[in-house]
Formats: sequence, C-alpha cells, structure tokens
Amino acid sequence: MRIAVTAMGKDLDADLDPRFGRALYFLIVEPNGSIEEVIDNSTNINAMQGAGIQAGKVLADKKVDVLLTGHCGPNAFKTLNAAGIKVGVELRGTVREALESFNRTEVKFASSPNVEGHW
Amino acid sequence: MVIAVASGKGGTGKTTVATSLASVLGPAGQLLDCDVEEPNCHIFMNPELHTSVTVNLPVPVVDMSRCSRCGTCGDVCRFSAILLIGDEVMTFPEMCHGCGGCTLLCPEDAITEGVRALGVLESGFAGPVEFVHGRLRVGEAMSPPLIKEVKKRIKPEKTTIIDAPPGASCPVIATVKGADFIILVTEPTPFGLHDLRIAVEAVSALGVPMGVILNRADIGTRDVQHYCDEQGLPLLMEIPHDRTIAEGYARGELLVHAAPRYRERFVDLLNGIRDLAFQPNDRPIEATS
Repeated sequence: MRIAVTAMGKDLDADLDPRFGRALYFLIVEPNGSIEEVIDNSTNINAMQGAGIQAGKVLADKKVDVLLTGHCGPNAFKTLNAAGIKVGVELRGTVREALESFNRTEVKFASSPNVEGHW
Repeated sequence: MVIAVASGKGGTGKTTVATSLASVLGPAGQLLDCDVEEPNCHIFMNPELHTSVTVNLPVPVVDMSRCSRCGTCGDVCRFSAILLIGDEVMTFPEMCHGCGGCTLLCPEDAITEGVRALGVLESGFAGPVEFVHGRLRVGEAMSPPLIKEVKKRIKPEKTTIIDAPPGASCPVIATVKGADFIILVTEPTPFGLHDLRIAVEAVSALGVPMGVILNRADIGTRDVQHYCDEQGLPLLMEIPHDRTIAEGYARGELLVHAAPRYRERFVDLLNGIRDLAFQPNDRPIEATS
C-alpha cells in the first residue's frame, strides 16, 4: 500500500504540512514507515491556480492509495476521488505520528472536502 | 480618443470624474463602465438600456467515446481546467480561461466547446451619451474577458470615457490597455498615495500618458502633490472636499449637476487631455448644456 503524506520536510520526523495542494513535500511511504519516494511540490506551491488539482494528478500518477493531510478543498477532493485515492484529513504532528494514527485505524477519511477552495 | 479613469484605491472618485466627463461631452461622448464587478455609472447617468446580451467563455466538453487517454489536453492547460486522471478526463469549467488550446490540440477531435456565462453586456443611451456597461455574473471570478467585450463597443469617432475597476491587477490592465490617456483619481491620504504609487507602477509599462486628479484635495497632506512633481505626473484637477458635491453624490446626482461651476472645468480638462494625449487632430470640445 502506498501512502502519501503532506510534509514540511523530507523525513518521518518532519512536521505534517496541513495544506494539500501547496504542501512543501509529498512523502510516499509504506505502512511500516519505509520512505518510497520524496516529491518536491515547489512548482505547485507557486501555481496561479489549480494547485490542488495538479497535486491530485501527481498522486494519481504515482499510484498512491491513501493520502494523509490536514485540509482538502473541493477541486482537490474531486480529483483524488476520481483517482480512487482515500483522503485522510485533520491530521497533525509529524509524518511518523500521522502514519501511526493510520496504522491504529484512527484516521478520519473524508467523504467530502473539509475546507473551501483557496483555503 | 479613449480616456480611461482609474485609481489604485477604491472610493476616490473614479465614477464621479468619469460620469461628469461623459456628461459634458454630450453626443460626442460615450461612457463605458468596465468596473464589471460592481458597475455604478448607471446610478448617476440613468441610461435607458435597450439591449442586453449574455457574454460567454468557451470551455471544453469531452466526448469520452473518442478520447484515447493521451493526456495532451492536461499537458497544454496551464490553469488545471482539464486533465487526465487514471482513465477519466476531468474538467473544471470555472478554472478555464477559454484559450481553446485543448480543443485545438486534441489528436482525436474529442473536445468541443461548450460555454460558461461570464455576465451580461447592456447598452443604451443616457440622454445624448452612448452608454455601455458589463455586469459580471455573481459567483464568476474572471472579469477580463467581459471587460474586453465591453471595450469592443468603443467607437473611434467618439470621445470614449472608460470607468475602470479599482486596484492594479488584471482587470485594471485589461481596461486601460489601448487607451490614449489614463486619469488616475486619488485622495490626499496615506492610503490614496500608497495605492496611487502601485497603480502608476502597474500602468506605466503600457506607455500611455497619465495624469492625476486629486479629490477631496484639501484634507490630509500634500504628499500626493509632491509625489506627482517627483514623477513628472501632471496634476490635472483638484476637487475640494465640498458638502454640496457630497450631498449631490448621495442623491445620485452628477458632480456637474450638483456643482454646475465644474462643467467648464471638465471641458477645460478634456481639452488639456487632448493635448497631453497627443491627439491634435481631435476637434476641440465645446460645452454642451
């Protein structure tokens, strides 16, 4: 299973980035904590519009199964939903802590966006 | 000749100036309200609007039975309005700028153009003055295409006054681009000066001659005058903070009606601008009653 976590840094002890579309990095990890890939999201951070949609496409192309993040807006949610990616929201702390919450099945999965567009 | 009336800061008197200019021009004038997010010239001009047309933007519609999932549409769109996700092409019509790139480049001709309504364009006459304005659809975020549509109604044989939106971003640039002269209306406050600087910086790149009108000129400091001197910007007119003018405005009256002595000053202003805008072939403007 491939899990994408929005992060402020490149390792498991980095803080989770609560933003999805304009997160600094996406860490693609296995449930056991092994980092499969670190994606630098800097091009999306500066996008004029559609950062959430493009970030959703990146994760779809990387065949991610689950996303762990803080907030997800309507267009990002629509994109992730179309790609069949489950969206875990309202996470905080470090990437490692988010992953532990996921493994303890404590993550809340969104059935709709949890923030407005351009949040 | 096309004169755009802009300002950095909102509420400085753009509409007051634009409507008074149009009023003194009479049948030689044409007023275009390009502040399509909240047009208000009609409140002062009371035009009879006899035509109303919907302005649309083309947006992509995908026929998935023809789509080969190549992803070209998504690669060409810089606004994320269309993209291939897995086996599905998703469209976000509200993000689309209507460039038509995806339709043009789709190798399977699977994309046709639908429409998104931007707003309406209404036109008519306010007495002898030709009047056009755009009204952006509530919820629509993109005003420049509607502004450009309003500007297509410019008649070269007339002196066209354009009321611009406030600020210094895309809608303002879309409005003032192509004008022969830009009037920047401001007030003698730190906010007025701050936003004037930004507006001057933004529109300077267009190379259009500019001048400043200082409204409520006798309040605040003289910093705007000093700034104009430094920048070599002509100070075209100073309008004092005058109760008669404010009362007229509150009643929805034109400045030149509430304070008729300004009629002559606006005529002089137009003739001065004609010289500043290097339009020596335009006939001098005479006051109409």
